[in-house]
Amino acid sequence: MVGEAVSARDEILARLRTALADSPPPVQVPRRYRRVDDRPDLIATLVDRLEDYRAVVHHGIDALPRLLSEVDRLAVPADLPADWLTGYAGQVHRDAPALSPAVLDDLDAVLTGCAVAIADTGTIILDAGPTQGRRALTLVPDRHICVVRADQVVGLLPEALTRLNPRAPQTWISGPSATSDIELNRVEGVHGPRRLEVVLVGSGA
Amino acid sequence: MSQPVAPATGSGRIRTPLPFPTAAKPAVADPQLRANLHRATRTIRAKRARVVDEVPDWEALRDAGSAIKADVQRRLPELLEQFEASVTAAGATVHWARDAAEACRIVVALTRAAGADEVVKVKSMATQEIELNEALEAAGIAAYETDLAELIVQLGEDTPSHILVPAIHYNRAQIREIFQRRMPDVPADLSDEPAALAEAARAHLRRRFLSARVAVSGANFAVADTGTLVVVESEGNGRMCLTLPETLISVVGVEKLLPTFTDLEVFLQLLPRSSTGERMNPYTSMWTGVTPGDGPQDVHVVLVDNGRSAVLADPVGRPALSCIRCSACLNVCPVYERAGGHAYGSVYPGPIGAILSPQLTGVADNASLPYASTLCGACYDVCPVKINIPEILVHLRQQAPHPPAERAAMGVLSWVMRSPRRWAAALRLARAGAGPLGAYRMRRTGARTLRRLPWPGSAWTRSRDLPLPGPQTFREWWGKQ
Repeated sequence: MVGEAVSARDEILARLRTALADSPPPVQVPRRYRRVDDRPDLIATLVDRLEDYRAVVHHGIDALPRLLSEVDRLAVPADLPADWLTGYAGQVHRDAPALSPAVLDDLDAVLTGCAVAIADTGTIILDAGPTQGRRALTLVPDRHICVVRADQVVGLLPEALTRLNPRAPQTWISGPSATSDIELNRVEGVHGPRRLEVVLVGSGA
Repeated sequence: MSQPVAPATGSGRIRTPLPFPTAAKPAVADPQLRANLHRATRTIRAKRARVVDEVPDWEALRDAGSAIKADVQRRLPELLEQFEASVTAAGATVHWARDAAEACRIVVALTRAAGADEVVKVKSMATQEIELNEALEAAGIAAYETDLAELIVQLGEDTPSHILVPAIHYNRAQIREIFQRRMPDVPADLSDEPAALAEAARAHLRRRFLSARVAVSGANFAVADTGTLVVVESEGNGRMCLTLPETLISVVGVEKLLPTFTDLEVFLQLLPRSSTGERMNPYTSMWTGVTPGDGPQDVHVVLVDNGRSAVLADPVGRPALSCIRCSACLNVCPVYERAGGHAYGSVYPGPIGAILSPQLTGVADNASLPYASTLCGACYDVCPVKINIPEILVHLRQQAPHPPAERAAMGVLSWVMRSPRRWAAALRLARAGAGPLGAYRMRRTGARTLRRLPWPGSAWTRSRDLPLPGPQTFREWWGKQ
């Protein structure tokens, strides 16, 4: 090695190999935790968790027109199903071509679907798949209205991971933006959308 | 074949400038600070207990988390190479930093290359550790912390005192005072309601988020098989930084790896419940290199050693690298609750800091920290990855340099205790010596302890009482029965 510059990469990897000179034995990872939920009513659990985070839950696609009637300017992903906007009289801003952050900041709400929802933790996951759009779309507007189909609801977190594309950008959302940084009390409403409204649709919703 | 390369200790904000007892003195004497810490840690302890108790398989999750991390440590070099290949294939650029200074140089160079003179930052322990803000400032680049607690600390020109809530040592009135002093756009009648303070932070940072060109983050997890980085947060400042700027630079300690994407099913359950005491934190972001048309298109990962190889080299101390920075151990620690985070000197306070900082620097440079504990074991009970902190503390105490007087005293004591005859004689002698003194103190104060001894015994009684020998030993009592 003398007289030859060693890259940081090679040096760090060499240090780590030296550090493991004691050859620690192989590790068997015990996976005795639950990977499937046996609770009968996942939707009720999801609603309970969402409301605990102070998200607002609506039932049935019929709730949508009434909800949207409060919204003047609405952002939507390019592939939003047309029937979600049935009867909507406000301005629709489709994210095609991409809306700038400044334009998004000026809109009243965004309407999307999701990839999967976890009942146990009240979590809605977006992975940039159909009806979800890109990440900025659901971040900048102050109100996020999200449609969750009953068949997208799973019980536990391990079940959700199997439905996701790991390489797609993901946003996991559990209630509206919040902080616990002041005396460790949770308050809602910081930089992300301050209002999260969930519309549950499909059988059982 | 070249010579083996020795693991190296780290630099940055991981050293105690003062011995822990000296540094803790002002904090212990500050009633406001103790009240703030007491209230905050009590609140978070109760929240954590509630959401952990409702998980029937919590212990199974801990076992899995602990084993996955042990596996990562065992295979760290190969997993790093795998991560590098995955994330590079996904369009990111990987950089390697031997120490804090090298990591800072890389971030400064990348920021300049992006043509920016400011960065927005997601809360990150790694960037605090390497003192990145100071390095950026020295290079003429303004660094804006965007996490509420980090913002409070930065505006207050203070340093973090807790891993999760760096401003835990302030109450709401103190935070309002800092905002009024340092935020030019804050309303004159700002109340000290947490909601109003959060609103002020939102307004203060909004325009900066929408116009930022470079963001700097850390990562909670880096997934080797997919090249995915994960950031867990609450406010949405993380999402803003990870989504809107064109360039994203993530500073990641090499120990943050997980072997597979599926392993997240364990850690995303363990972390939020242990950390903020919630079933799930409001926002978790995951990104894998570059996604065309969505988020930053210029993505960098800086993998940092900075002493981690030295921690890995100690088979007993190695599990300190399993830490997921949840801070549950801080919140249950009786020493942390009284001394606060600043007394530990390092960015890593509390029980985990007491084992991590001395290993990152070498024990001689942080020799007082392994003693900043009563060895009560509460930290081990709550640790989501089952790091046996008391065991590592004792192990590090053995490595710490001891003063010659203490070594001599311990040598004599061990000679006395090796023989039952010598031990019994010593006890008789101690009782005879302490007898009149003990009787006097008993009469005056009713106490069976001494508060103060003359030198060299004063080294013991500075922070403890000395119990006086009893009137008879158990063996003497037994002999009479």
